[in-house]
Amino acid sequence: MIKRRIMKKKGTSILMVVLTTLTVALSGCSSDKAGDSANSSNTTATSTDTATSTQTDADASAKADGNATTTDDLSKLIVGIPQDIDGLDPHNSTGAGTREVFYNIFEGLVKADENGNLNPAVASDYTISDDATVYSFTLRDGIKFHDGSAVTVEDIKYSIERNMGVDGSEPLIRAYSKIDSVNIVDDTHVDIVLKEADSDFLTQLTVAIIPAANEHPDTTPIGTGPYKYVSNSPQENFVVTRFDDYWGEKAYIKDVVFKIESNMDAIVMDLEGGSIDMMARVTSTQANQLSDKFEVYEGTMNLVQALYLNNDVKPFDDVKVRQALCYAVNPQEIMDFVSDGAGTEVGSAMFPAFTKYYMPELNDTYNTDIDKAKELLTEAGYPDGFEFTITVPSNYGQHVDTAQVIAEELKAIGVTANIQEIEWNSWVSDVYSDRKYEATVVGIDASTLSASALLSRYVSDAGKNFVNFKSEAYDTAYANAQATQKDDEKTKFYKECETILSEEAASVYIQDLPEFVVLNKKFTGYKFFPLYVQDIAAIKPAN
Amino acid sequence: MNKISLKKILKDPYLVIGGIIMGLILLMIIVGFFWTPYEPTKMSASEKLQGISLRHIMGTDNMGRDVFSRVMYGSRVTLLIAVGTIIIGAGLGTIIGSLTGYFGGMFDEVAMRIIDALFAFPSILLALVIVSVFGVGWMQLVVSLGIAFVPSFARIVRGEVLRCKDMDYIQNARLQGVGNFRMIFVHILPNIKGVLASSILIGFNNAVLAEAGLSYLGVGSQPPYASLGRMLSDAQQYMFTRPSYVMCPGIVIVLMVLGFAFLGEGIKRWE
Amino acid sequence: MKYTIKKLFSTLMTLIVVSLCVFLAFNVLPGDPAIRMLGLEASDELIEQTRAAMGLNDPLLVRYFRWFIAFLQGDFGTSYSYKVPVAGMLLNKIPITFSLGIIAFILTVLISIPMGIVTAKYENGVLDRIITVFNQIIMAIPPFFSGILITFIFGMILKIFTPGGFVSYKDDFFGFIKYLIFPSFAIAFPKIAMTVKMLRGNLIDEAGKDYARTAYSRGNNTNGVLYRHVLKNAMIPVITFLGMALADMVAGSIVVEQVFSIPGISRILLTSISNRDYPVVEAIIMGIAIIVIVLNLLVDIIYRIIDPRIRIDD
Repeated sequence: MIKRRIMKKKGTSILMVVLTTLTVALSGCSSDKAGDSANSSNTTATSTDTATSTQTDADASAKADGNATTTDDLSKLIVGIPQDIDGLDPHNSTGAGTREVFYNIFEGLVKADENGNLNPAVASDYTISDDATVYSFTLRDGIKFHDGSAVTVEDIKYSIERNMGVDGSEPLIRAYSKIDSVNIVDDTHVDIVLKEADSDFLTQLTVAIIPAANEHPDTTPIGTGPYKYVSNSPQENFVVTRFDDYWGEKAYIKDVVFKIESNMDAIVMDLEGGSIDMMARVTSTQANQLSDKFEVYEGTMNLVQALYLNNDVKPFDDVKVRQALCYAVNPQEIMDFVSDGAGTEVGSAMFPAFTKYYMPELNDTYNTDIDKAKELLTEAGYPDGFEFTITVPSNYGQHVDTAQVIAEELKAIGVTANIQEIEWNSWVSDVYSDRKYEATVVGIDASTLSASALLSRYVSDAGKNFVNFKSEAYDTAYANAQATQKDDEKTKFYKECETILSEEAASVYIQDLPEFVVLNKKFTGYKFFPLYVQDIAAIKPAN
Repeated sequence: MNKISLKKILKDPYLVIGGIIMGLILLMIIVGFFWTPYEPTKMSASEKLQGISLRHIMGTDNMGRDVFSRVMYGSRVTLLIAVGTIIIGAGLGTIIGSLTGYFGGMFDEVAMRIIDALFAFPSILLALVIVSVFGVGWMQLVVSLGIAFVPSFARIVRGEVLRCKDMDYIQNARLQGVGNFRMIFVHILPNIKGVLASSILIGFNNAVLAEAGLSYLGVGSQPPYASLGRMLSDAQQYMFTRPSYVMCPGIVIVLMVLGFAFLGEGIKRWE
Repeated sequence: MKYTIKKLFSTLMTLIVVSLCVFLAFNVLPGDPAIRMLGLEASDELIEQTRAAMGLNDPLLVRYFRWFIAFLQGDFGTSYSYKVPVAGMLLNKIPITFSLGIIAFILTVLISIPMGIVTAKYENGVLDRIITVFNQIIMAIPPFFSGILITFIFGMILKIFTPGGFVSYKDDFFGFIKYLIFPSFAIAFPKIAMTVKMLRGNLIDEAGKDYARTAYSRGNNTNGVLYRHVLKNAMIPVITFLGMALADMVAGSIVVEQVFSIPGISRILLTSISNRDYPVVEAIIMGIAIIVIVLNLLVDIIYRIIDPRIRIDD
């Protein structure tokens, strides 16, 4: 009898476990309604807050003549960055995430601005010889390194030669194999002599100028930029402070901490909680969840997102199959799903920030047409469709989502796309280097401000032609573009290249992804760049 | 061993409630083979991140897919991963544990060092290695989790075998000339099935939880057919806008683990 | 003595097997550390030159022995991705992960033991049943999910701590400890639940044994019996469990460091694996292996002190 009573009690306690779980379940679900209303009020708030953001202009004058007088709270900016810095030596650190931070610390002879122009930086002036083989630079007067020493022409020679690999080793930058010599003319002039003509070479000269006297560039980074290095801690932060002897317009904010935010899911909480003030490249979902404490800047990521097809493997060796996929994939629908409709359609391997080369008319080469796609597949000998695998790097949520939408879209023409997520480094070795894949979704950006940065990879024998695109017409057009010195002719040939890529359906070009940058309203002045950089010096206190 | 009778099972609240929870989940999975309210991968741009409604009883996700249909499918993937993990983990673990325990000596020493090493080797690294070599996928997850689960089973079984080895009936059997393998599998292992059964059910729990953890770290199952753990980790960024999307797969995981735990508890009491 | 020597030898063997496993694992991993360092645009010649300079072209065993000999001399090599000595880098990170583990352990012991005693003492009482209910649910929640819920509830709604507001122990020690308390709870919760359950079960079992009944019949009051004899015996398996749990906490910190953005050892481990930074991964895994093994040894020793009957000779 006693035993049974205990049993009964245990029964009730287990029942309680279940009931409690269900209650949690119900409360979780019912809180939805609250979320709904909060959400809608949120959106109205963001639309009205632009009017209320200007409150006090007492400090406006202080802002105008500099910065040092701003309040403590605003003298420090914490910027979230998605990856850690890969080393402190600017010449040996290639990560895109590192480049965007180093933009504030190091400068080259020339430096890109937000409009995509190259402006003199360490050099105050330059001339290019008519045959485009000699680039002459004048050292900026009075420019100093972060350690207080003056920049000399020897430092320039040292920095360029370091990237050339003068002592018989390989050049750190591929294009630097074109350099014949770096000649010091006098105390303020340096000539860079090329082995062959290249009118685009200025785009390669953004490489950091560092002091030749610094024996440990990998532990003590010294540059000429608006901010100087203070400290860093792996996976934690990278701290810089304003360089008061900067030659140009000095930065507004004194201390900047780049905080490594490897957990992208925590970003909304970290912004709201106040542990970071700024974050670039957030998703539209994350931007939507933020309160009106934040300003969301919308730009583009400046890359070409596409379903890249391996033109060497069946069935993608058949142009009709590739075209069929182009007809079946609807870029607008992808944008709707992945980023709430934001993004810019691209029809070839060129993104809109290159205004001179971008051809919006190519977006219409393949307007979504399921019947046409089926017809092409039948002609190619695949009336019932086929099956293939999209290999996609797992760390890029937007690409994974895009692949899922594509897989769903291709069902309409009977094509089955399986998705295979792989780790980024495996993607680099398997897909990019070894070209062992059928299709992949990634975004390709430009490492320099030259159209060739995007188009050179499609030349038949190019080392980075991972889509195995082969077209004689393309090779000729690209070679013509490289050979000519005239800008309008160059543009014409580059556009011919883009048209060929589109007509031959080298890949299924989708979009230039939208970029959302979030900045706490305590600060303002964020600027988008056509390159992967963050110009922190331009950010200033809001009032 | 007690006789198994329905009456007795019904008297044990752990078995009853564990059975009910697991029964419901199994029912959901089996129905999912033939019918789901919507196609689990069907996207709809106009129905993104909806709340709970009659149309979508668990709401929809960021692609406008029906969460309930995906939970039905995801439970299947999760259960499959858990079962696969246990088959590999308990299977290999039992074989290694019983052989090392029974034979002892140098073989035991070497095998146990390897098991120790495996035990000290973070399972996440193992999973990452396997996933990096073979790509992300539930099979890879099963293999890596399975291997990670071998040491604990091997240790339990080895301990039990050592305990049984010197019992009278085993000594008797040995005198009668029973062969080594027959001895292990016919005479010793049946004796430890109770211990094994409850460790297997605890193992199921750990497998479901480990799957969720690995999914969170990005080595889970393949989209668009997500496991529950993968759904949960995909959903967490919508915690603010759509809590139901996070809570629904989360609660199904919790219930699944609870179900296994109760069954395990019940079986332990049965002994 | 023989036991000590045997144990030391087997520990060494285990470590060698672990280090070899890591090396082999990285050998089959796709992804070239040289490409990872140089970026996608690097020329093949530069990659080849860098591989040669890093010694990556040597046979596996040569590389292994080179690493092994250096490791024995206390040289853990240089990180590929951070280009700084591994030892110094990790030394700065160890206090973070250790503090996390130790706080979690202290919380586990402080909360679970009194709870276990109370639940056992008032077996089937209201308190017992409430705690049992919560225990079952807590054990069923995936650790990262509880981490997210904790951040959401305590960080966002109650605003008790700043999510992601980690400060280094070098800058502000109390701020550092304060930030670690909530993550420690996320690690400790399932361990607390398991310990309570285990201790409660053991206490009830022990209390039912003959010696305890005899003590009662001699007129000892309940608390006396409980604390003097029953608790001591019931604690033995719990100590084993806690030892294992402490080792587990180091591994459990992987997920929690990720959820709470704590720049500790585990986060370095994860990024180093994906960066193919072998020297760092080797050093961390060897460290974890040593901790796990040493803790197991400690458990053995405590066992012997508490219960002299146990002879470790199997």
